[in-house]
Amino acid sequence: MPEPKIPDPREPSPGEALLELSGVEQTFHTKRGDVPAVAGVDLTVRAGKVLCLVGESGCGKTTTARAAAGLTKPTAGTIRFRGADIAGLDRAGRQTFREAVQYIHQDPYASLNPVRTVYSTVTAGLRRHGRAADRADARRRAAELLERVDLTPAESYLDKYPHQLSGGQRQRVAIARALAMDSQVLIADESTSMLDVSIRVSLLNTLGRLRDELDVGFLFITHDLAVAKYFAWDGDIAVMYLGRIVEQGPTPRIINDPQHPYTKALISAVCEPDPRLARAKKAVTLRSSEIPSLTDLPSGCTFHPRCPLAEADTCETAAPPLAVLDGDSRRLACHVVARDHEQAGVG
Amino acid sequence: MSKGTGGTLSVMWQGITRSPSGFTGMCIVAAILAFVFVGRLTVDHHNPTDADNIWQPMSGTHWLGTNFEGKDTFTKLVLGGAEPLWVGALAAVVTVVIAVVLGALAGYLRGRFDDLVLQLTDITMTIPFITILIIVASYFRDISPWMVGLIIGLLTWPFLTRSIRAQVLSLKEREFIEAAQLQNLGTMRIVFVDILPNMAGYIFINFIIAVTNAIYAIVGLYLLGLLPSTAENWGLMIQQAWQNSAYLLPRALPFLLAPLAMIALFQVGLVLVTRSLEQALNPRLRER
Amino acid sequence: MAQAAPILSVRDLSIVYKTGRRTSVTAAADVSFDLYSGQSMALVGESGCGKTTLGLGLLRLLPRLGEVSSGEIVYRLKDGMSLDILRLSKEDLRRFRWHEAAMVFQGAMNSFNPVLRIGEHFTDTLRSHEPARGRRTRAEITERAEELLRMVRLEPARVLRSFPHELSGGMKQRILIALALALEPQVLVLDEPTTALDILTQRSIVEQLHELRERLGFAMIFITHDLGLAAELADRVATMYAGRIIETGTAEDVFYEPRHPYTVGLIKAVPPVVGDLPELCSIPGSPPSLASLPGGCSFHPRCGYARDECLDTRPELTVLTPRALDEGHSAACLRAEEIEYTRKVVARA
Repeated sequence: MPEPKIPDPREPSPGEALLELSGVEQTFHTKRGDVPAVAGVDLTVRAGKVLCLVGESGCGKTTTARAAAGLTKPTAGTIRFRGADIAGLDRAGRQTFREAVQYIHQDPYASLNPVRTVYSTVTAGLRRHGRAADRADARRRAAELLERVDLTPAESYLDKYPHQLSGGQRQRVAIARALAMDSQVLIADESTSMLDVSIRVSLLNTLGRLRDELDVGFLFITHDLAVAKYFAWDGDIAVMYLGRIVEQGPTPRIINDPQHPYTKALISAVCEPDPRLARAKKAVTLRSSEIPSLTDLPSGCTFHPRCPLAEADTCETAAPPLAVLDGDSRRLACHVVARDHEQAGVG
Repeated sequence: MSKGTGGTLSVMWQGITRSPSGFTGMCIVAAILAFVFVGRLTVDHHNPTDADNIWQPMSGTHWLGTNFEGKDTFTKLVLGGAEPLWVGALAAVVTVVIAVVLGALAGYLRGRFDDLVLQLTDITMTIPFITILIIVASYFRDISPWMVGLIIGLLTWPFLTRSIRAQVLSLKEREFIEAAQLQNLGTMRIVFVDILPNMAGYIFINFIIAVTNAIYAIVGLYLLGLLPSTAENWGLMIQQAWQNSAYLLPRALPFLLAPLAMIALFQVGLVLVTRSLEQALNPRLRER
Repeated sequence: MAQAAPILSVRDLSIVYKTGRRTSVTAAADVSFDLYSGQSMALVGESGCGKTTLGLGLLRLLPRLGEVSSGEIVYRLKDGMSLDILRLSKEDLRRFRWHEAAMVFQGAMNSFNPVLRIGEHFTDTLRSHEPARGRRTRAEITERAEELLRMVRLEPARVLRSFPHELSGGMKQRILIALALALEPQVLVLDEPTTALDILTQRSIVEQLHELRERLGFAMIFITHDLGLAAELADRVATMYAGRIIETGTAEDVFYEPRHPYTVGLIKAVPPVVGDLPELCSIPGSPPSLASLPGGCSFHPRCGYARDECLDTRPELTVLTPRALDEGHSAACLRAEEIEYTRKVVARA
């Protein structure tokens, strides 16, 4: 059956796969050598569901997000939106993709044009693509959008400039702008890390409402496990290390019962806001604290120099595939754990 | 500077009024503009020749004396400002418009268009500016000063273009520009409506600088006697003074010095304003 | 572990920033606390609450426009003598700083001189604080630098030769801690020591600080907005809001029985990572601008417990549970006794 050339135009049903990344790779060619920032990532963003990408800096999560948003072209692999490969879309198709998949930047102080009012920023796309009948209509739509992101009373915000707003308010304006064209997928890159703690929850709740009421699918990037836990509790979390996903599955399971040694190390290393928990915790020690440079990756499983479970013959020779773990919805990329589970579980 | 274009205006205004040098500069410029454009409404345009009264010294009736034709120097001074100032402004507008359009598009689009613009810029920069002006003026004997202003504008745009391009290169990496691209707003809209207003102050400063350069150029041409003109003109006054050896005659000195002083003062005023604007708009230059 | 007398006593300290020729903004107001030898205290708050200003003020490192407007800071030397920090001469202040109290600044990872090797940074620091007996020799400096680097578990040979850009964020943070401890101060002030670091690196810095405290026994004040860090490292926690300390107590007091609505709000906004999903609440509104604080209790516009009296009376820090070593539990809220902190579980793991 031939590949569909245009994205499925029907209204998405809840849980339907909207954005699919298969074998996506992103290699940057620099003077020092090739940097494989993303080395083969498969993931699916579904309507009304959250997929959280977590990892430390340099793991490739932002690069993956930007490729998924169509901001950069991957060096290998395909990205499908509603069934159609986005690399093969025609102009109309690209416009459809653009409207449906939006990206929210991390820094609310940089993502709004300082010389444009909130009204102008939020409705620029609408007006440009003829989706507003006239100025009054555009203002009305803008007010609706602001209300959706809990910026009320909306009228009072329309004519403000970014410098008159707080970080949280700016972030909401950015979200309103992204929603203006009825987006189906929002890719949020560390949207809350520059906000104060007391405001973070409120913003996450707003995003959660968009997910539940509008069935927006989320690809949520963060390095903060607490934020990931809260926002993606009913969704999935994928842990990245050096350009690959090492473990993926439903959030409560991954966080409370991590199987991959890297995930275990991460979860045990988090500083918990609870003195007794903090004292009871025993952080997993890794063999080395040095993160390998992407231009000089270790052979086989890239985690093996630091991994407490590493076995020379298996782990240094071949990179482990991201495979399903005993029929769970969990996927894991580790030779040792997979083998141990097989020996213990089956039979 | 992130206060909307209205905010930039107020930042600039404050920058000028709060700094003593800027305020002085603005007063000088305003005074001269008033002198020239309001003054011409009050003096006698006719300014008849008076063969009996050539080279009169400064007096009650002739504040700055008379010239070699017996015409009142003061009147000539008032009337002589309009042309250089207008032409300077025209040249500056032409330069700035070309530089902004080419520089901004080149910086934003990169690729072949950018290469083309850079080539064009380099070629134009190598054209010997003064020489061309002299040749053109000599060849076209009765060239109008407006034409000269246009030519000046067409020859001086390369320098500003490079710096506009550089600014745009850096601004276009800002996240709000990427956000605008994510909305498919289109190149023209992004460059002219999203990027350029963020450079409004910088463009304004460069506009003023272009005016000073253009005035120097046009006055220089008159000085060298290359541009005939029947209209009153400071540059022409200086040239006539020189030709008539006014520097030898003490009471004829006003005719030579007054226009010189006006030009110099105006330029100084503009430069003072520019400096205080630069300080106001560039946080790093702001004095603590 | 603690002496009878506090090592650092702060009374009614207020710090202002000049904003114009005649105007100023109060960044920190009426701060009082005692710090005992070996104690570790967390100053917790969000952006703009004045915690960094307070930290800088303790060592008189305020920027040009900032100054202490009232109050006193008294430091007790090992021999029992007291130093009035605010009245110290420039010379004495130089001898106080780094010898007795040192600071690791916020974002200091970026303030290494990029053209100097790490070894030269150590030389700079050690040379500007020569010991009483006279100038150190080059060999002594190198030896001390190596000793300090080993103390923070870094390999001296490689690190001393490196330039800052060749090292990771975690390594640079360790070097800064080592530099601060170069003269074995009794008090170490750290401003956001783990922000901008990855989870695993954060953990290593936390472990490092635990280890150093055990070994060297210094008292620590660390400034952070990260509750997790406070829970890990602090014996005592003081929460700040709009320039004032609004609650102080042991870590257990503040995390399990908070008595100020703001503290409650902060804790309820951050879930522990492992375990069930607790209810999370955000604090409505946003922190006030220090230039225009609300009347009465500065938290009242955002407070769910606010009553009429909260609008015109500013509550003082009142002791709820007295204890020695200034580890008593106090809160600045008129309804402190009534505040009950409970956490519902929204979903089980």
